[in-house]
Amino acid sequence: MNRLFFKIFTLTLGFSFLYFPILTLIAYSFNDNKRVMVWKGFSFRWYKELFHNEQILEAFYTSLKIASLSATFATVMGVMIGFSLTRISKIPARPFFIFLSSSPLVMPEIILGLSLLLFFISSNHIIGFPSSKGQLTVLISHITFSVAFVAVIIQSRLSSYDKNIEEAAQDLGTIPNMIFWKVTAPVILPAILSGWLLAFTLSLDDLVVASFTTGPGANTLPIVVFSKVRLGLSPEVNALSAIIMLIVVLAAISIYLINRSNIKK
Amino acid sequence: MIKNFKKQNVWFVFTPYLWLVLFFFVPLALIFKISISVSEWGMPPYRDLFSLSENGLEINSTLGNYLFIFSDPFYIRSYLNSLSLALTSTVLCLLIGYPIAFYVAKSKTSIRNILLIMLIIPFWSSFLLRVYAWKVLLQGSGIINSILIHIGLISEPISMLHNHYAVILGVVYTYLPFMILPLYGYLVKFDLNLIDASNDLGAKPLNTFVKVILPLSLPGIVAGSMLVFIPVVGEYIIPEMLGGSDKLYFGKIIWDEFFVNRDWPIASALAMSGIVILVFPIIIFQLMYAKYNFRNE
Repeated sequence: MNRLFFKIFTLTLGFSFLYFPILTLIAYSFNDNKRVMVWKGFSFRWYKELFHNEQILEAFYTSLKIASLSATFATVMGVMIGFSLTRISKIPARPFFIFLSSSPLVMPEIILGLSLLLFFISSNHIIGFPSSKGQLTVLISHITFSVAFVAVIIQSRLSSYDKNIEEAAQDLGTIPNMIFWKVTAPVILPAILSGWLLAFTLSLDDLVVASFTTGPGANTLPIVVFSKVRLGLSPEVNALSAIIMLIVVLAAISIYLINRSNIKK
Repeated sequence: MIKNFKKQNVWFVFTPYLWLVLFFFVPLALIFKISISVSEWGMPPYRDLFSLSENGLEINSTLGNYLFIFSDPFYIRSYLNSLSLALTSTVLCLLIGYPIAFYVAKSKTSIRNILLIMLIIPFWSSFLLRVYAWKVLLQGSGIINSILIHIGLISEPISMLHNHYAVILGVVYTYLPFMILPLYGYLVKFDLNLIDASNDLGAKPLNTFVKVILPLSLPGIVAGSMLVFIPVVGEYIIPEMLGGSDKLYFGKIIWDEFFVNRDWPIASALAMSGIVILVFPIIIFQLMYAKYNFRNE
């Protein structure tokens, strides 16, 4: 009895800590007052203003575009790295390749952002590319740090499954690049999907690297939100948080339901 | 291993290889080069390493930027502050996260799946907005102050924002899911019968925990701690939103040195020293841990 009480107590306290701040934010998003913390009455005023805020809407669109492109490129290259490191024996300077594909994981984002910005400026001086900072430079930077995360996921999936399947396919005379498409790719599909999803959220959430590498016309959502809340509070940002929470909750529930029906099958 | 991987498939290795050399390695080499350059007015604001003049080839390289950083306690303190923030919050996340992960993993399957979803939701939702939520809560007119006044603990609103306690709170809150999820991953695989076995053999609960549960969840503890420690070391957003001027952190110093003072060589030297002081220990730890695991297998 005592133990059960302790368990319920711990879980209640833990989940309250995780949810209390978010729920407060959502509650205040319905507050009809410009001063965020003084309750005046229930209204959808800030949601209306949010949907008329060109700056935020445009930033949201930019973020989605960069995140989906970055996730796609990062996944393709992450699969290439995972496959190369686990399946191809002859890679020139293999330890260097391993170093390159894993150290973005431990590199502080502020150093990554600084180094990429200085690189873009110098390469613009020397070869004239990239001609200016903007969506392209943010995209390149996001791909660069996401690749490492996808590569780790793919690598752990590839090294845990039975290589004999591939060797069997080889013995049966399947040409090597067909082995990848017909044998390996279907097996690692779930890892590919979760890698894409991780890369997508990494890009969507990134503020520091994007702040360094952005330029005119490439304000991502975190950059705009940060500029609004850096010094004070913003009721529109409260409304935005509520909407983002709703999307995340819906996504989480649908994935839960899909998983459950898959297990039942 | 696939032996006769076709020659025309080399792009499979070389596309990501080249990408990482170009956009990860070259930029790092570049900040190393700038960190040993002499700063000067102009664009770019540093002197070329090599220049040709009437005296022949001149090398304008200096260790002055590093000497400058390490002779100024201001910079050294910022490294120490970042390290201590990362350590403190990793320990706190572990202490708070472990019991939660343990009880979620021990719940009945139906409840467990729902609790797991509830752990993943904060993990997915925007990092910046979760930090912002604490800024709202901790305001002078915020809800926590109102509650404290209401129950009579304080009579005047107290200022809870803009100090390093608010920073620690914000870090623990935002990184807690990063600690809980890997811990949960290891604890859920854990055979509960082992606890019963240990109890039946007469071990006290504390003994069971220290000798049975803890060693078996060690990989989860290490993975979770890494996921918290590594990003917190260079954290910029949380100190900027919740912190004050009582403690300055490495991330903010680099940011200001670059964007405010526009001193590229110093910012680069700070970044390079940051890699040596803050990142190398992590890599060395990982190598040692891999070796330790290898020996125990």
